[in-house]
Amino acid sequence: MKTRAEAPKKKGDRLMKVMVIVKATKNSEAGVMPDESLLTAMGNYNEELVKAGIMLAGDGLHPSAKGKRIQFVGGQTRVVDGPFAETKELVAGYWIWQVRSMEEAVEWARRCPPPMPGEESELEIRRIFEPEDFGDALTPELREQEERLRAEGERRKQA
Amino acid sequence: MRAPEELTREAIEAVWRVEAARLIGGLVRLVRDVDRAEDLAQEALLSALERWPETGIPANPGAWLMTTARNKGVDEGRRRAMMRGKHEEVERSAERSTELELPDEAVEDDVLRLMLVACHPVLSRDARVALTLRLVAGLSTAEIARAFLSTEATVAQRIVRAKRTLAAAQVPFEVPAGDELRARLPPVLEVVYLVFNEGYAATAGDDLLRPELCEEAMRLGRILVGLAPDIAEVHGLLALMELQASRSRARVGPDGEPVLLFDQDRGKWDRLLITRGLEGLARAEACGGPLGPYTLQAAIAACHARASAPEETDWLRIAALYDALLEVTGSAVVALNRAVAVSRAYGPEEALQLVDELVDALRGYHLLPAVRADLLLSLRRYEEARRAFEEAARLATNLRERALLLGRAASCVRPSALS
Repeated sequence: MKTRAEAPKKKGDRLMKVMVIVKATKNSEAGVMPDESLLTAMGNYNEELVKAGIMLAGDGLHPSAKGKRIQFVGGQTRVVDGPFAETKELVAGYWIWQVRSMEEAVEWARRCPPPMPGEESELEIRRIFEPEDFGDALTPELREQEERLRAEGERRKQA
Repeated sequence: MRAPEELTREAIEAVWRVEAARLIGGLVRLVRDVDRAEDLAQEALLSALERWPETGIPANPGAWLMTTARNKGVDEGRRRAMMRGKHEEVERSAERSTELELPDEAVEDDVLRLMLVACHPVLSRDARVALTLRLVAGLSTAEIARAFLSTEATVAQRIVRAKRTLAAAQVPFEVPAGDELRARLPPVLEVVYLVFNEGYAATAGDDLLRPELCEEAMRLGRILVGLAPDIAEVHGLLALMELQASRSRARVGPDGEPVLLFDQDRGKWDRLLITRGLEGLARAEACGGPLGPYTLQAAIAACHARASAPEETDWLRIAALYDALLEVTGSAVVALNRAVAVSRAYGPEEALQLVDELVDALRGYHLLPAVRADLLLSLRRYEEARRAFEEAARLATNLRERALLLGRAASCVRPSALS
């Protein structure tokens, strides 16, 4: 069996998933809802993401005042109610995208309308872990018949 | 403008990937020639690579690339006309440069147009796949060659010939709507699913590159869903791919060995893909009309996805869905699948009858005796099962599979004989 490390792999070759995090601001934490022009701009932007085939999921989050934290300390759990203090480190929303490279994610993120008009705001892009053994030796097996027969059927049709 | 110091070749190439399909699609509409459209787009990319490191990426890079490509097209047209000494033509091409302004609303159609052209039935399947990956997915010839275990020269040649075929056949560039669009989509869906299966079945070569193809196919599927949201089979195909791909990471054991569907750790299934697949299936069904083959297969995959344990699988429903799929496709391979589902839903005896009816239609196909052997084994007809496994092994072309079938043949022993 070959290992991944041996594979000659070009940078940016593989599609990857990223989480694009919209950082919270004073207004988002105060529960200020986006106005109509932002909603329209975001709607258009989301539509573009969908049409480009990169959008997998995305949502906005309520302010941390409605959130909870569960802390694990000394074998005990403790529940802490929001709001939480460090506003700029909090998350106000996220997308999950599938892109070919971090550069592509950056390019798309730059096209986002400013998510928090009137305030400084920030998007953070983080790569999502993928199972490293994803592609090894996927020889189909006898009892996996639904799948294997279908693939065989495609090959036979081609032949 | 963006700060030039941040600009790397990767960043410019990322812009290219984002814009390539729309750019080439728009140029195809303009110059009505795929080859020339791609050349112009490439020239625009070269200009960008030259200029952007100094100027920064323009605020609207797509428009910049389009304008640059268009101007190059106009210059080229003038030069050609000059060489032929036809003044009239020079004027006409100059006039055209103003009418080449692209309204924004046409942009989406441009990508769809590109897909329809790249997947046109005048082209061979291989040519369609290569052209789609090149023009719509924005992959380089080298990347396509690597993914399909082919040489760059072969792929390049295939693309050149495909473009010539398209030009010679005078393939129309109009994007139809409604029923006419529905009628032209099956070859597009077929290409996308071919790309997916190439990655999913992973039958040969360096497996490591193959999952790329699944992901490219799903991305193409998502683009199609955005472009033709009213067409059930577009949703059905994407749902099928996402539901199948949701199992990818559970299909391989720690040493790279394959893990069978019913032995898979279902906790490893990708919940995001399952959720998306089930939603897509619901959208396909909501489009109305009889269910097409992709939607039916997605519905079958959904039965597995919904079962949190193998014994919870709804085999009655799967068998019914295979009935419908058989009716739509009339394929003997589907009929064999159906027999497997029937054995799970109603028992091996009924299934064995169905399999025996397929012997003529699937002569030489190793999975027929393999399925038969499985059924005979569960009916405790050991000797017949052994012979069927051996026959399957003889017909199998894959060495690993042959070894597996021979191993199973050897294990077809009446339990009492073991002691």
